[in-house]
Amino acid sequence: MSGDSSPGPPAAADEVLASLSEAVPSAEAGHSVGDHVIRVPAEDLARLAGAARDHGFEMCSDITVVDYLGKRRVRFEVVVNLLSVRHNRRLRILVPVPEGDPEVPSLVPVYPGANFLEREAYDMFGIRFAGHPDLTRILMPDDWMGHPLRRDFEVGAVPVQFKASPRVT
Amino acid sequence: MMAEPTATTDIWVSGTEAPEVSEWMVAGTDEGAQEMERDETVERSVEQRGSRVVDDWVVDDTVDDDERMIVNMGPQHPSTHGVLRLNIELEGEIVRRVKPIIGYLHTGMEKTAETLTFLQGGTNVTRMDYLAPLHNELCYSLATEKLLGVEIPPRAQAIRILMTELNRVSSHLVATATNGMDIGALSMMMYGFRERELILAFFEKTTGLRMNHNYIRPGGVAADLPDGWEEDVAEILERIPLAMRDYEDLLKENPIWLGRTRGVGIITVDECLAYGVTGPTLRAAGVPWDLRKSQPYSGIEAYEFDVVTGSRGDVYDRYRVRIGEMHQSLRIIEQVVDTMPRGDYKTADRKVSPPPRQRIDESMEALIHHFKIYTEGFKVPAGETYVAIEAPRGELGCYLVSDGSGAPLRMHTRAPSFSNLQALPIMMADSLVADTVACIASLDPVMGDVDR
Repeated sequence: MSGDSSPGPPAAADEVLASLSEAVPSAEAGHSVGDHVIRVPAEDLARLAGAARDHGFEMCSDITVVDYLGKRRVRFEVVVNLLSVRHNRRLRILVPVPEGDPEVPSLVPVYPGANFLEREAYDMFGIRFAGHPDLTRILMPDDWMGHPLRRDFEVGAVPVQFKASPRVT
Repeated sequence: MMAEPTATTDIWVSGTEAPEVSEWMVAGTDEGAQEMERDETVERSVEQRGSRVVDDWVVDDTVDDDERMIVNMGPQHPSTHGVLRLNIELEGEIVRRVKPIIGYLHTGMEKTAETLTFLQGGTNVTRMDYLAPLHNELCYSLATEKLLGVEIPPRAQAIRILMTELNRVSSHLVATATNGMDIGALSMMMYGFRERELILAFFEKTTGLRMNHNYIRPGGVAADLPDGWEEDVAEILERIPLAMRDYEDLLKENPIWLGRTRGVGIITVDECLAYGVTGPTLRAAGVPWDLRKSQPYSGIEAYEFDVVTGSRGDVYDRYRVRIGEMHQSLRIIEQVVDTMPRGDYKTADRKVSPPPRQRIDESMEALIHHFKIYTEGFKVPAGETYVAIEAPRGELGCYLVSDGSGAPLRMHTRAPSFSNLQALPIMMADSLVADTVACIASLDPVMGDVDR
């Protein structure tokens, strides 16, 4: 599942990526199917995002999570897609998050638009975003148990109350 | 303002003298002109109309609790464009805070996508944004093809552009129609849906369905264009510009429309970028950002068109941007019709598309091949990718992860309506409650897209 095996780097010399890696030493720049990606540990996510915003990535277009249950050692991966309108380029930040302590810093202070996106990620995967102003469920009902997009949350695992119908025996 | 008494002599028929101007008459005249209080309240009224949003508004603690009211709008309200609920805090007529509450239409489509093969996935994503189903299909297909690394023949690419641009016109027609209806221009509703029917009829002829087509699939499109498609598209190209002239007569300089939309629901460029707002809303604020130009897909860079922008970022500019985009889309469609290449409508790559029908009659292997593609689905190499296209509402993205099997490990859609809805509280801050529906309508949210 490593992206580094994919077709070569999209741009040969990249000052922005180099500069970001310099600002956050733990960040590891790479490529995935022709896109720029940066892998960073959870504790440095907010710092990297702040640096990225200062480098012209003014929009956080998407935040989501992938559940690699049984595929990888670290179960979750938070995926942040940044967009620079000024420089017309994208950047993807990948953050591995362990199952035992699924917590990453919130990006709302850096990108206010991360609000809904992080609420959705929390709702669907149970990833906690530390520092989020209103980390509540957004799509599922408030009293829902579990996080439905996790791989071990089976389709049909929750009994749904339908109108009583005559049982065929 | 005192009326000049001399002027009245012209119409004073009963006598030779000018009528005596009494205190009562002056007061009556001024009231009719409604000029008495304008000088004092102009500041306030600018604020109330929303043309100046005071961002650093401090909650006034001395406000009586009786004047603050929380109103729930929806979840079933005709002008919320689906099941959207807004928690609105009102102070008299002025909206102070808004919280959109969503999820009523959540059907777990991203979960469903994990149980469908890559080939079946199109039936799922097409139901998300039901006003722009072909854009959803295109985005998903492009993401799958990026992981597969297959080449799409030129004719399939041209058909994709033709269909998605027609879809953009039909989607903007609905946006303009419902925008009109919400503010009270009911005729616009009738006209918009009338012309949309023309495009949907063409979609039905081509794909078999008016909506939820599953027409654009990984590898190409499901079928070639029907016989006589040139005439159908030519009719669309002829009738829609004529109809759009009607819309311009109806709305463009209509004083009521201007009054309800100018200076209402303003959002600045910086706010748009910070909140992830894209599409006509961002362009109406003044940024010429269109993914068709900046990050072109499916060969759209071969066609000439302009990016339509506004300058004020209000409801009126968003309406103008949509009208302009319809003209530009028709321009693209015209060029596609003129330059439609010949050839295959789907890729010849046997990894993805089955052998042609005739081969199945001749060869056992071809039959097995056909059978396996439609039962197991084709295998997609492991990897993850994000592909974005310019949907009618903004940046529609598909984040796709494959583990090398026939079904995605994860399929996530970056829904433009979802991110745009975050901007609603910004637009509505300190505006009048009557402008609420104007703001919602101008964002053109599709709740199926928001909730997925």
